[in-house]
Order: sequence, then C-alpha cells, then structure tokens
Amino acid sequence: MPRLVSHPDEVKLVSRRFGLGAAQISRYEELGGYASARKCLELGPEWIITEMKASNLRGRGGAGFPTGLKWSFVPKQSAKPKYVLVNGDESEPGTCKDHLIFLHDPHAVIEGTIIAGLAIGAKMGFIYLRGEYRYLLEIMEKAVADAYAKGYLGKNIFGTDTEFQIMTHTGAGAYEVGEESALMESLEGKRGVPRIKPPFPAVVGLYGGPTVINNAETIATVPHVIEIGAAAFAATGSERNGGTRLFGISGHVERPGVYELPMGYNLKKMIYEVAGGVRGGRQLKAVVPGGSSTPVLLPDEIDIGMDFDQVGKAGSMLGSGGVVVIDDQTCIVEFALRTISFYQHESCGWCIPCREGTDWLKKSLTRFHAGFGVAKDIDNIKYLAENMMGRTFCPLGDAAAMPTLGFVKKFRKEFEDHLDGKNCPFAKHRIPQLTVV
Amino acid sequence: MSPETMTVFSPRLSERFDALMTKYPLKRSALIPMLLYAQDEVGYLSDAVISEVGMRIGITELEVRNVATYYSMLRFKPVGKYNVQVCTNISCMLRGAYDIYERFQDELGIGPKGITPDGVFSLEEVECIGACCWAPAIQINYDFHDELSPESVPGILASYRGKAQNEVPHA
Repeated sequence: MPRLVSHPDEVKLVSRRFGLGAAQISRYEELGGYASARKCLELGPEWIITEMKASNLRGRGGAGFPTGLKWSFVPKQSAKPKYVLVNGDESEPGTCKDHLIFLHDPHAVIEGTIIAGLAIGAKMGFIYLRGEYRYLLEIMEKAVADAYAKGYLGKNIFGTDTEFQIMTHTGAGAYEVGEESALMESLEGKRGVPRIKPPFPAVVGLYGGPTVINNAETIATVPHVIEIGAAAFAATGSERNGGTRLFGISGHVERPGVYELPMGYNLKKMIYEVAGGVRGGRQLKAVVPGGSSTPVLLPDEIDIGMDFDQVGKAGSMLGSGGVVVIDDQTCIVEFALRTISFYQHESCGWCIPCREGTDWLKKSLTRFHAGFGVAKDIDNIKYLAENMMGRTFCPLGDAAAMPTLGFVKKFRKEFEDHLDGKNCPFAKHRIPQLTVV
Repeated sequence: MSPETMTVFSPRLSERFDALMTKYPLKRSALIPMLLYAQDEVGYLSDAVISEVGMRIGITELEVRNVATYYSMLRFKPVGKYNVQVCTNISCMLRGAYDIYERFQDELGIGPKGITPDGVFSLEEVECIGACCWAPAIQINYDFHDELSPESVPGILASYRGKAQNEVPHA
C-alpha cells in the first residue's frame, strides 16, 4: 500500500480526504462530497465555465492548458454526442499522483467528471485507467456502481431530468496512450497512434463527437474549485496558476512521497525541507522537475517557484509535477540512457523522427556508456535530438529529445569523461535489457 | 482443456464480454479490455483467444493482432502463474531497482523473460508502473509491492510459493 506522507507546508485540498475512507460513498458525502455537483446542476453550464476560467486551474497532465478555456471550446450545439474523457493513463516516469487519487478519493473523479459533463453538455463520461492499475480500476468500478445506486449517475442524476453516464475503461500498457488523441484511439479499440490536429478533440473527438479530455488530477480538483470558489482557489496558487498541486517527489531524497503544495512553491524548499533533503547526506547533482520528459535542472537553477510559467522560464517544464532528485553518486550518462530507453520502448513508430530518433539515441548512448563513445558522438546526440523536436504528430518525440538535450548540454563534461574507452566514473555498466516488440 | 483447444471462455467471462460490448457507443471499444481479461483467464493471447475475441467483436484476427501487438501488457506466450515485473525506470533505478532485479534472478535461477521449471514464476523488467514515490517497486501479476530492498525478495517469493501450493490445481 502506498505510504501517505505529510508536511506542515502542505495545503490539503485535493488530498484532504486521503486516508479517511472516502472511497466509501457515505464517507465521501460526510466529508462534503457531491455538494459541488449539486451546486453546478443548479447554476448551469455558463456559470461553471466562468467559474473554472476565473479559478486559473491549468491541466495537471503536463501541458498546463487552462481548464475553463478548454471546456469553453466545445460547441454548444452538436449533431454528434459529446463526451468527457478522463485521462488516468498515468505513465510518465516520476509520476504517481493519480494512483493516490483513484485509491483514496475515487468519487472526486466521478464528481469532477459529472461537472465537466454539465459544463459542456455531455451525457457520457469515460474514465480511462492504465492497465497496470487493476486494483485501482476495481476501486473506481465500485465507486461508479455506488454512484449509480444513489442516483448520482444515470438518466436522472440527483433527481433532475439531466442524464449522465460514466464508464470505466482499462488500458493494456502503453505510455503513448497518455497523449490525448492516442487515448481516444485506444478507447475506440485501436492502436494508440496519435491523430493529427486540427481538428482538435473539442470539435472532433471520441467517436467523432466533441470531447473534453482532462487529466485525472485536474478532474479531481474541479469539485474543490466549486466548493471553495474560484477566487479562493486562484488565490491559493501563484499568478495565472491557480490552486495546489500533488507533487510527487522521488529519487534520492530522505522522505519521498506525494505532497500537496500551492502552485509556485519553491523547488529548493520542496527538496530540502518538505522531502528532507538529499538522502544519506550526499550532495545534490540534478533535478528532473516534472516527469522524465522535462529537461534537467542543476542545483543552482532550483531556486524557483514550481508553476508552469516559472519552471518554463528556467528552461524546463512543470510537466506532471513528478520531481526526480538525483544525487552526486549518479552517472548522468546512465540516467540519460535509461530515460531514452524508455522512450525508445514506448515510441509507437508512427512518426519517423521519433521512431528512428529514439532508436539512434538509445544506440548512441548505449555505446557511449559502455565506453566506446567518440568525441563527435556528443554532437551527434545533440543533432539527432534537435531534429526530432517539433517534427512529430504527438509530443512523444519532444518528450524524448528534450531531456536528452538537457543532459548533453548541462553535463557535457561527464559525457566527455566516458570517451575513448574510459571507464564510467561511477563504475556501473547496466544497460537496460527491455526487449523491443 | 489446454488454451489452444479452448474455443470459448468461462461462462462468467463470456457474460462479462456480452455486457461490455453493449455498454460502449461502439462495440469495438470493448476490444482491449476483452483481450486483457481473456489473458487474465487463459494466461496469454492464444490463437484461440484471438480468434474468439475477433469473432465476438466482428473484426478479423489480423485486426485483433494489429491492435494487441501495440500494448505491452498483452502477450502471445504463456508466463508463470506469478509474473514478477520489476520496474527499473528512473525513480526506481535511483533507489536500487537493478539490485532488486538481480536478486530476483538469483533467487529464481532465471534470467530476463524466464520462467521457472515448475511454472510458478516468471520474471521481466518493465517500464514505470506509477509507484515512483514508493520506489523501488514491483508488480506480481496485478499486486504492487513497494519500498523494497534486495533482502525483501526471498520473503515475497515465499509468500507466493505458499499461495501456489495452497491453490487447487486447475482441472
């Protein structure tokens, strides 16, 4: 069972029911649950969207797109049914926040989905969980069944004439499916290959109907925005970044865990105070601030606020909020190799720059780490990565190229230390053995 | 009955599939869950499973295979009764995942993608399983085990060995 952690600096909003038995519907309601959905039913779609826009809630999946704005793009009239699709395919290395939401607060996901449905005029929502999360899928399934039994889902939700249905759905192992268009393909029973945009999902999405796709954390945050009000939510975070975020701190820290902190919370403080600093009294070497696809930051670059804009200004991304801390005993070349091995394994092969690029990067880094690198490999790795950027349907190509570029740029010396048959200074030669299907 | 000669699923699974297919706006949406649930029952996607699922959805076997090969959890060969999946992605790697992986290899006497001779265990290295803050973590079938050390490996294996012994073998 994943361990829950806490720290005095936390602002518990999304996580406030964690560990309190809220997977039971009666308990969820005792703790204020389903009041926001009722309120939204009363006040209507325009009010919901205005409120969401004012809240400054931005997508928690990684892109940070304003949620209210996204919802407002869905046309009011549509010949085809509209859908809400909740992205619980959480697969970005370093990210495990949705895991806790599904485990401790499944009804918040249901309630958020209902509210999104009301806002855009959809009658159906899907909650897509990655295949590995089977025990969480079972928790979600039970929660959905309980919500049906109470009349909170179905033809006449909460005794009104409004209909809203929810289905849970399992994936079967695929990182790429976390990308919204690939997610829709997967839900339609196909390979998770991305679709070209435009048209955007808000216009032509699932089964050809207008679709809103939100990350599970975003959706679970929605009822809290309604509950405390947009103004209070916006005031909790930093400028243009409303509310709190479930930051997952992992790697070489004393107290890894998922901590809910206000948007804009200082990264340095997050590592040294909230997570107890670097494990075993070692020195900090690098930080991956928002999941494995975000460019690495050096110790002197981490005195920044953790919101989408400030991390962007520092040359990286807030991404999924998965902070991976790396100590001074770690080989960056090995870390880069493990990262690219993942993207090579997960590339769907649809776009050539990503399919070939990830493969060549893995080959180069494998050779490099084994001590057979030559000087021009470093520039080749950079050249390859640069030429993947922006040249693919979905962001997987960028997600593979960006961190690689960061490692090469910021740790060039360490790459050079591996040259011409020199042993890895950290004396580890472990090459990932994942087979490629 | 061996998986290769099995033409239908258990009545319970069959019923579940019928229900699934009617719930989605398009029947085909049930394909991936069906493949995974069929694999849970049969052990892997045998030719018979692929053919049967294709027939139920109304698509060709080729289309089923085209989709199934995309998803890393779907497999076309049997594995052990308990499939040990060791995450070695970054957060787990930093906290010693490769030591865990090696310990499993030593204890089980098998290498990557190996199956023990008694068919109880199989072992593979997998990508991020979403337990980064409780690293290093593994999954045995669908069960998570987290905050592991190499020393915790024998105990985990013993508990599954016990389970395997206590279960009534399939007729």
